Amino acid sequence: MRKALFFLPLIVAFGLGVLFWQSLGKDPSTLPSALINKPLPDFSLPTVEKSSELISAARLKGQPVLLNVWATWCPSCHMEHPYFMQLAKQGVPIIGINYKDDRASAMKWLAELGNPYLFSIFDEKGSLGFDLGVYGAPETYLIDKDGIIRYKHVGVVDERVWREQIQPIYERLKS
Amino acid sequence: MGRAFFMLVVLFMINQANAAIEAQHFADPQLQQRYQSLVWELRCPKCQNQNIGDSNAPIAQDLRDEVAKLLREGKSDQDIQNYMVNRFGEFVLYRPKLDPVTWLLWFGPLLLLLVGSMAVWLLSGSNRPRIEQTNTNEERDSAARLASLLKEDDR
Repeated sequence: MRKALFFLPLIVAFGLGVLFWQSLGKDPSTLPSALINKPLPDFSLPTVEKSSELISAARLKGQPVLLNVWATWCPSCHMEHPYFMQLAKQGVPIIGINYKDDRASAMKWLAELGNPYLFSIFDEKGSLGFDLGVYGAPETYLIDKDGIIRYKHVGVVDERVWREQIQPIYERLKS
Repeated sequence: MGRAFFMLVVLFMINQANAAIEAQHFADPQLQQRYQSLVWELRCPKCQNQNIGDSNAPIAQDLRDEVAKLLREGKSDQDIQNYMVNRFGEFVLYRPKLDPVTWLLWFGPLLLLLVGSMAVWLLSGSNRPRIEQTNTNEERDSAARLASLLKEDDR
């Protein structure tokens, strides 16, 4: 018993070492989403392109889509924009949520940098963002054909994030 | 020098107190009270070590507005906490719920205390010389002799 006790500090230190080592690569600002495997919250909002028509969550059903929260005031959204252009060219359907932005700047951005989105939901007050638990743009969700949220990525989507995290689930949902 | 440092600290604290931002006002003092305690208990998802009552982040502002709105609608504190958890996850609660995932969080310190006190108890107990730990008869005899010699020495 006494001998075992001598090793206790070593065991504790080793345990802590493993714990800390595992936490090394993790980004502590990334939170798990509360909405994984839950339906997209319903909303009634116009699009950036068309202020007269209100759309709802039902419009996103039918095929798996990426839902990308973006804004013109968000520097990281600038960074990921070219990659979304590329994904759109590959035929991945992307729908935007223009989050807490103004319409004129959003239209200008899309005209100048290109528009990878099928359409962009115009969430001026951030109400849809709130229901989704968005706490900072950019965030990207993967929605299946029944409108269920299957994945959430906080931060910039680049080729690595797409290939390693999103694409495998996307391909599975598509088949 | 010490005085100057003290003043600096006080100044800094005043600054902090002012940072407590705009306040939602309720006609009913009881609602006001509940609002205050809720914004102290809810954690800001963006600025992770602040509660929403203490943060200037736009998302904290949104959460405060929503808390105020729900309070005015007559929702209970529990309803409001659930509403936030459904959107932002357990993370927004500064006092997480007691479930299997959080057992370690709640009882970990107690466990460490137990392990620590046991180690101290066992180690301190085993510091006393123990005759019965020696193996052979010869060793036991000499240990007994030594002990009696020491005893005589003490007197």
